[in-house]
Amino acid sequence: MKSAAFEYSRPADLAEACALLAQEDDARLIAGGQTLVPLMAMRLARPKRLIDIARLPELAFVRKEDGQVTIGATSKQCVLERDSLVRADVPLLAKVMPFVGHAATRARGTVGGSLANGDPAAEIALVAVTLGATLVYREGDATREIAASAFFTGPMLTALPPAACLTCVRFPVWKDARVGFHEVNARRSDFAFASAAAQIVVDEDGICRRLALGIGAVTPVPLRLDRLAEALIGTRIEEKRLRELARAALAEIEPLSDLHASADYRRRAAATLMVRAIAEAYRSAQGQASRAH
Amino acid sequence: MRIDLSVNGELHALDVEPRTSLLDCLRERLLLTGAHAGCEHGVCGACTVLLDGTPVRSCLMFAVQADGYAITTIEGIAPGPGELSPLQDAFCETHGMQCGYCTPAMILAAHALLIRNAAPTREEIIEAISGNICRCTGYAQIVEAIALAAERMRGLNQPASQT
Repeated sequence: MKSAAFEYSRPADLAEACALLAQEDDARLIAGGQTLVPLMAMRLARPKRLIDIARLPELAFVRKEDGQVTIGATSKQCVLERDSLVRADVPLLAKVMPFVGHAATRARGTVGGSLANGDPAAEIALVAVTLGATLVYREGDATREIAASAFFTGPMLTALPPAACLTCVRFPVWKDARVGFHEVNARRSDFAFASAAAQIVVDEDGICRRLALGIGAVTPVPLRLDRLAEALIGTRIEEKRLRELARAALAEIEPLSDLHASADYRRRAAATLMVRAIAEAYRSAQGQASRAH
Repeated sequence: MRIDLSVNGELHALDVEPRTSLLDCLRERLLLTGAHAGCEHGVCGACTVLLDGTPVRSCLMFAVQADGYAITTIEGIAPGPGELSPLQDAFCETHGMQCGYCTPAMILAAHALLIRNAAPTREEIIEAISGNICRCTGYAQIVEAIALAAERMRGLNQPASQT
């Protein structure tokens, strides 16, 4: 389990990193390396050059801009886990962070690395798709944007051009949002077989006003459940109806199937997890409303 | 490539090949063999070291990426030669090990937890070692060891009980 030989560069800024990346066909960016290094150890990846962007200060930040929370691509997962702005304004992201790998991998792993890797089971990708985040990348001198829903194209596949560097991701901010998240896996913090995320706004009468729903690890890319959300907006969420609607919504999808979890299992698990995530978010919102009275 | 590593408080200037993992650098160049090579692809956690005080997997980092960082290995945990840290002592006392392969990494993960959190709950202890696989013990005595060490370390600077 030793990596093949490669050259190593540590550029001083993003412009130099992008120039280096464009120069060689077999060059790869490395930030946290928590997916790339094992692939190299197993020789499934054999880049000729690694361009280390982990230390570029311009890529590691969390800030509020134009009513959105912008997170630099090399912001470490362990930093987001404890960030007060993320906790307050993108609570769904804060909620899933403890489920992303283990403490020791979150210490090195980055938000951009997880997104660029495109694992169907990745929680950060699920939140990006569920909330309709925007990803920003730089290719040569040009800066471009892409919606999270268009970014993920298949398992471990994204629309990111080979010579591009993801620079940041912007999350929309919902006022008074409450969240729920559930997943199943074989061991704590291992890859999910199915996961479900919900973000909700409930008014003081207990009526759902806004709702974003998504499932991960079930389909080749994270899937938003917009029709299910629309059926619930404007109503008081009632468990029996929710259960029926969730089951119906998931009857339409074509889940992944592998040794760990069959397509049928994933469909059933996703429906149950979705119900739990919505119920958790709704209960939390009702608790908030009753405290306000 | 030339790198500077501060390991257990000692500075080392080393010339390493980029493909050398931090784990191999520690074990083969600095002869610090307490970090163990288990799976070498980031699953088992046996190679855990502290990077600026935070547990990381040293097999998932090339030594060149660690340039300039302060690294703590199990060899740097004891307060002095021939002594044991309260955690190491507690692992002995509760027999929080069998074959010992995962032990240095378990102790470092627990060490990082207790620095941040002097009174962890059982759940927090389990979370802190959840990235470290032990194939012998079933974890119960490891959790017990960490709870015992936490209790003792909390008591260190307290006035003696009156009762």
